[in-house]
Amino acid sequence: MSATLPAQSYEPKDAAAESLPGGIPPTHTQRSPWADKAFAAAAQSAAWITLALLAGIIGSLVYGAWPAIREFGIGFLFSTDWDPVEDKYGGLVMIYGTLMTAAIALIIAVPVSFGIALFLTELAPNWLRRPLGVAVELLAAVPSIVYGMWGLLVFGPILATYVQIPLQNAFSDVPLLGTLFSGPPVGIGLLSAGIILAIMVIPFIASVMRDVFETTPALLKESAYGLGSTTWEVVWKVVLPYTRSGVIGAIMLGLGRALGETMAVTFVIGNFSQVDSLSLFQAANSITAAIANEFAEADTKLHQPALMYLGLVLFFITFCVLALSKLLLQRMKRNEGSRT
Amino acid sequence: MSLFTLSPAGMRLHKRRKGLNALALTLSLLAMAFGLFWLAWILFETIRLGIGGLALTVFTEMTPPPQAESGGLANAILGSVMMVSLATALGTPIGILCGIYLAEYGKQNWLGHVTGFINDILLSAPSIVIGLFIYAVVVAQVRTFSGYAGILALTLIVIPVVVRTTENMLSLIPNALREAAYALGAPKWKVISSVTLKAARAGVITGVLLALARIAGETAPLLFTALNNQFFTSNLGEPMASLPVTIFKYAMSPYENWRELAWVGVFLITLGVLALNILARVLFRKKI
Repeated sequence: MSATLPAQSYEPKDAAAESLPGGIPPTHTQRSPWADKAFAAAAQSAAWITLALLAGIIGSLVYGAWPAIREFGIGFLFSTDWDPVEDKYGGLVMIYGTLMTAAIALIIAVPVSFGIALFLTELAPNWLRRPLGVAVELLAAVPSIVYGMWGLLVFGPILATYVQIPLQNAFSDVPLLGTLFSGPPVGIGLLSAGIILAIMVIPFIASVMRDVFETTPALLKESAYGLGSTTWEVVWKVVLPYTRSGVIGAIMLGLGRALGETMAVTFVIGNFSQVDSLSLFQAANSITAAIANEFAEADTKLHQPALMYLGLVLFFITFCVLALSKLLLQRMKRNEGSRT
Repeated sequence: MSLFTLSPAGMRLHKRRKGLNALALTLSLLAMAFGLFWLAWILFETIRLGIGGLALTVFTEMTPPPQAESGGLANAILGSVMMVSLATALGTPIGILCGIYLAEYGKQNWLGHVTGFINDILLSAPSIVIGLFIYAVVVAQVRTFSGYAGILALTLIVIPVVVRTTENMLSLIPNALREAAYALGAPKWKVISSVTLKAARAGVITGVLLALARIAGETAPLLFTALNNQFFTSNLGEPMASLPVTIFKYAMSPYENWRELAWVGVFLITLGVLALNILARVLFRKKI
């Protein structure tokens, strides 16, 4: 509705000045100029606070991590040592764990979210859309610690018995898959963490994708239907190309969430700071889990700075991913009006 | 149905397209079922395992030592309520002001654009990094874990949520409303505070409730700011127990009574968070 009006609200002062021949504003607008200024200043300083927050986070992480940065340099990122006793630290194991769990999560979550968004926009009867949409959004609201505990105590054992052991039996002789599925089938490790993460990010990706799909002009879809397209062809050849950048933005948003998620991963990843095989069943570690488990008890000499370093790396990665997501979604929004 | 007959090749193509469509739509239906399945399963397990341990003692007794006969979550619940409410009280005004700036002042200038962009990143930034930040800035300087540090960490999570919803809600208010107020001679602050903000009230409250729901379940930023406390304390200067951190500690433990309490805690948190979310939605739908 506001789209038809100019986006910027105009200043009454200018209008008043124009309308009076002498340009003298009515006296009563001057009654409380300080209130206007104070309010504007308060609002502006709140905006500065948000900016200062980002600077503060980056600054404090760099400052806290400085001893580790000086000691290990960039090699920290490629070293697999993590030995608090000898004070030798390298972050590769955790970085690998974080990237691997996020990758597993996306492999599962992207197709499912796409399906959900497709269902909610094209397939579901109208009366069902709202309740189902709300249900998906509620799934996003469940605190991550609930996922974590459920994953550890309920899902892990079931995964071990009904998925991991059969997989191992079936693929133990196949070269690559055999390695992937080796290791103790205890329901804790990269695979379970990845699956829990997938369940967690599905609602985020699905609800953004749904919103993005809904921006496709009905006219475009109707034309495609009019030419005899099936629902699938409309989605695949009209809706998806039209919303491409928005869909990628939604996936990036989910990726950002998956990379930074702490509690759900900490419960099920097993907190094991060595990786000696490619196995997905192996207990491993992620950046967030390492920080959550070790930080409060770490000594301040190098252990804490090393964890801070990991935090900095994590913040950097998520910052880039989220910034990209935001840019893509913004571009999507801008194109909305011009391409109809 | 068809008025003309297709060639055999056309028929094959037609069949293939129909088949592909049916396949895709079935898969989409399955995906929806898949998503709902997890929601149902998690809720079911939470209720099944949580409601069993629910008793009055949960709210009256302290967190017990391992393998004790009785015990509750009173100190953790109190800690959570105190920290979450104070963090909301602290973060809401800043968030609303910043949201006002973005919607009413900053639509055209660089500060508004940059802040909006940064805010969206902070909205999804890993919460554990917020914990690290507060640790470095507060805990490491004061040299003690405290409830105050926990509150600050949670506040920093509240702000972006409130900013985002406030800005969105204010942007939905039609400009005609603002212009009408200006035409009556109201100064800008008056227009914002008694016209636009009032019109967007329901949406802004929704945002605050969603922020409340978000921090009620946050664990990561409390792990090394408020830490934990086995004993009852309402002194914010001391380490403080909170429901999520207690759940984390208890769920990872091998003790049966701790795990049972953890399930009760998870049940309470899930219930509270979902109730807040539903309340926010109902409120929002009624008012706007």
